[in-house]
Amino acid sequence: MTITKRTFLAVMSMTLPLVLGAGTALAGNAKVFGYAVQDLGNQYWVAVANGVKDQAKTLGVDVVVMDARTDAARELSNIDDMIQKKVDAILLSPWDANSGANAVAAANKAKIPVFVLDIGVASGSIESLIVSDNLKGGRIAGEFVASKIPANAEVAHISCQPGYVIPALRGQGFKEVMKEKGINIVASQTAESQRAKGMDVMQNILQAHPNLAAVFAENDEMALGAVEAIAAAGKSKQVLVVGFDGTGDALASIKDGRMAATVAQQPYEMGKLGVDTAVALLNDGKKPEGETYVPVKLITSDTLPAK
Amino acid sequence: MKSVPENRLTNSGFGSATSVSFLSLTRLRGMGSLIALILIMGVFAVSSPAFLQIQNLMNIIVQVAVIAVIAAGAMFIILTGGIDLSVGGVMALAGVLAASAVRASDSTTLGIVVCLGTAVLFGLLAGVLVTYGRIPPFVCTLGTMSIARGIAFVYSGGIPISGFPESFRFAGSGEIAGIPMMVIIPVVIYAILYFVLVRTPFGKIVYAIGSNEEATRLTGIDTQKYKLFVYSLAGLLTGIGALLYIGRINSGHPGSGIGYELNAIAAVVIGGTSLSGGRGSIIGTVIGALIMGVISNGLNLMNIDPYFQSVVLGTVIVFAVMIDQHSQK
Repeated sequence: MTITKRTFLAVMSMTLPLVLGAGTALAGNAKVFGYAVQDLGNQYWVAVANGVKDQAKTLGVDVVVMDARTDAARELSNIDDMIQKKVDAILLSPWDANSGANAVAAANKAKIPVFVLDIGVASGSIESLIVSDNLKGGRIAGEFVASKIPANAEVAHISCQPGYVIPALRGQGFKEVMKEKGINIVASQTAESQRAKGMDVMQNILQAHPNLAAVFAENDEMALGAVEAIAAAGKSKQVLVVGFDGTGDALASIKDGRMAATVAQQPYEMGKLGVDTAVALLNDGKKPEGETYVPVKLITSDTLPAK
Repeated sequence: MKSVPENRLTNSGFGSATSVSFLSLTRLRGMGSLIALILIMGVFAVSSPAFLQIQNLMNIIVQVAVIAVIAAGAMFIILTGGIDLSVGGVMALAGVLAASAVRASDSTTLGIVVCLGTAVLFGLLAGVLVTYGRIPPFVCTLGTMSIARGIAFVYSGGIPISGFPESFRFAGSGEIAGIPMMVIIPVVIYAILYFVLVRTPFGKIVYAIGSNEEATRLTGIDTQKYKLFVYSLAGLLTGIGALLYIGRINSGHPGSGIGYELNAIAAVVIGGTSLSGGRGSIIGTVIGALIMGVISNGLNLMNIDPYFQSVVLGTVIVFAVMIDQHSQK
């Protein structure tokens, strides 16, 4: 008797959460999109996912969001589940370009169109890469720096890992403007996207170029590291720091007057644009460009968001 | 390997039994998780038409294959009364080193040797530290986890090593007669381990060590040696898990496998294995892994919010342990 009771308890306790969970499932069977996102523990991707969800709701599309939680294997599992679910399109923000290639290969095999939101994929057939206009962003950073310093000043450039294509475009845009304005880039080094490395690299650059007037880092983390190195060297008034991304830390640093500016990406807009692009192709047959650009915007102490 | 008289220790596929009266309860525990699995699958089958299709069931096995394989190793260690927190880190290191070896030499064999060898060495290291070094397994494997992941990051510079020949990816992405290797390999491994655990003296000694290590030692069994072997075996299984993982994603990533140790332990525990050692079953463990995979897959198919999925999984783990505790009385 007790044994049956225990079995019953075991079974009920395990199935109860599932039954409760079933209530929150979406009911409709209209057009369904899947959004496979690399990490919903990261604010940036949460913003993209919210953009996807909100825009899908506006356009009357159901969307299934699956979180890879930074695990390439789970990302692939999520794609398999989406294929099984027969979604009409997959929006994908891959963990990295290689894991993305596997995911795209699986979707290609199932003949489901893929729209890649950011990161990019190493191979496979996709409808469009929806990504921040990084080249333009780099140019915006360059224009800002050029407007603040004399043409004969020295500037430095800190890059992400060699081989990272997307941040490299930011550097390229920045360098283009410097060349056009005749401003001399005296140092160009990598800090592997990290704050601590950004600090080390900046220290070295300051050692070699004590008269430096400005530095552009391809992401905010490295820029924040550079800010620390510059402050430690007592050159905060002399060296202008511009980053890229628009992270919370960077905005706080701009508010405190330590960082001069950042070029902010708009992840929420990216999510919306991803859904727009997919709906345009699937419902209206409008073929997207190979790359669809999400606008970026310069944030300085004058243009800081209210909160 | 010393043999143990058959009548002293007996065990069944659904759990060890140190006495006859205990048998029905341990059977129940194994059966409880099986019934739960069937019911959970029933709920999903009703709520999502895509769930019960053969392709999806195959997907589920592929999705849990890595966890299932490393959970088998974790179960052996837990049966001896130990714990292994290092698997995620060791998986990452074995994957990165193997990826690098394959890229450098283009030799699939070398890649496999490096992958399994690294993992076995780390298992052996943990075993030595636990037995002869007398470090509690929890602390010891927490340390080796950190060491392994650290080396993986140092060696790779944080950058994934990707792109392997098809032959090296075979274990993770190949198929035979339409059946993925990620299905075949775990099934074969579990069949072998079932035999080892249930039919060999070694299996009985593993249970005996977990039930009462001192008493086992006093019967003349070199328990240290057996524990060393168990940790190495778990290392080997972690290595196989790493091989499947990197073959599947075509990349050795130093950040991979984070949290896998906890998922493996969860599968073991959901399967009714006691964390205090001595009781548990190989079939329970595979059911535990399947329950986790089914929940994740089914909730995905049902459009359940990703954040909520963790809540469901956590609830299942808590209840599984609760049932385990109650059935011990």
